[in-house]
Amino acid sequence: MKVKTAARAPALGGFPAVRLTLAAAIWVALYAVKGPVFDWLVYDALGLARSTRLADAVHFFLFDTFKIVLLLAAIIFAVTVLRSFFSVERTRALLGGRREGAGNALAAGLGVVTPFCSCSAVPAFIGFVAAGVPLGVTLSFLIASPMVNEIALVMLFGLFGWGIAAIYLASGLILAVVAGMVLGRLHLEKYVEPFVFETRLGGKAIDPSRQLTWGERVQMGVEELRTILAKIWPYLLVGIGLGAAIHGWVPQSFFLRYAGPGNPLAVPVAVLLGIPLYSNAAGILPLVEALHAKGLAMGTTLAFMMAVTALSLPEMIILRRVLKPRLIGVYITVVGAGILATGFLFNALL
Amino acid sequence: MTIKVLGSGCANCQRLENNVRLVLKSTGIDAAVEKVTDYGAILGYGVSSTPALVVDEQVVLAGRVPSPQQLETLLRGA
Repeated sequence: MKVKTAARAPALGGFPAVRLTLAAAIWVALYAVKGPVFDWLVYDALGLARSTRLADAVHFFLFDTFKIVLLLAAIIFAVTVLRSFFSVERTRALLGGRREGAGNALAAGLGVVTPFCSCSAVPAFIGFVAAGVPLGVTLSFLIASPMVNEIALVMLFGLFGWGIAAIYLASGLILAVVAGMVLGRLHLEKYVEPFVFETRLGGKAIDPSRQLTWGERVQMGVEELRTILAKIWPYLLVGIGLGAAIHGWVPQSFFLRYAGPGNPLAVPVAVLLGIPLYSNAAGILPLVEALHAKGLAMGTTLAFMMAVTALSLPEMIILRRVLKPRLIGVYITVVGAGILATGFLFNALL
Repeated sequence: MTIKVLGSGCANCQRLENNVRLVLKSTGIDAAVEKVTDYGAILGYGVSSTPALVVDEQVVLAGRVPSPQQLETLLRGA
């Protein structure tokens, strides 16, 4: 029987409707005035002449930073609250003992929505194995998690519309499912560090997604927002700065000439450039927006973005604790190949 | 009261430990704080989302960093 939230301290109790409505109203107001405010700021207050490269770049930089911070705030908050209903423990319970196929699909879907800090990668991985989740299914989860970044998803929707966002989601999921199934078939258990199979999962698992009041969920949303913004602002500024420079100084259709959809090398080069780079999805999106505006094909742009965000050195280092180098190599190859395929697919379709 | 902070050294785990020490200092609660980084031990508590908080061998929280106020409520209630 559900414990009534009234039994808890009132401040953390029911749905904080008033505060949320107020916050939403302020957000909408800020979002609505951003155009006029920054036009005034750059062209009137600072006196920069329209259509000069400097003015364009400065405007892009200020306007985009403001817009992206606003969007990020809304997205991170909403996603954190939604994710508070999911947890690795609950996912593990759902996936334990599942067979391939359906298991992979469920794992991929859960990989997208389950909150998953990369430092938890090791205990989560071990926990999955100990709970009887097949290696291939676990890998589907591990691949889906970075491939479909919720921030990137919503921002793609904002920048390019439903269609692109939906294909991003679908391709990430399909890749995670197929890769997980293929890797499962290859029986790569011997490339997992032995201690993973020897560790026993003891005690009574506590599920962080249960017993949370709405007040607590909202509070988590706000804290996560603060934490993430504090962590990523350098990436954001660099990404927006690069985007602004491209916006102001790179000639229109530059990429169309050198890396257009007709050039099959564009996608592999984009992926190869993206793999060693790492950025938070939020930081890379302004750059992506600017690249696409200068004529870079959608598929190539997306491939670049996915390569940057899905394959990261820090994550590989963490995974090294549980996966031997060969399996990590396989993981990178499979995900890289999937990104390549997605890039070509998009270029062909659009 | 013995408190254990389960986590393997990422920023969140450090924040939890810092918050715990802060709350202990401000409330004057007498407790020993131990940081557990060994995965075997962490999983022994059934935890797979770090950071996690164990008070007197009971897992009271896992997967997030609570605010000092929430921590205080948790520790006072334990």
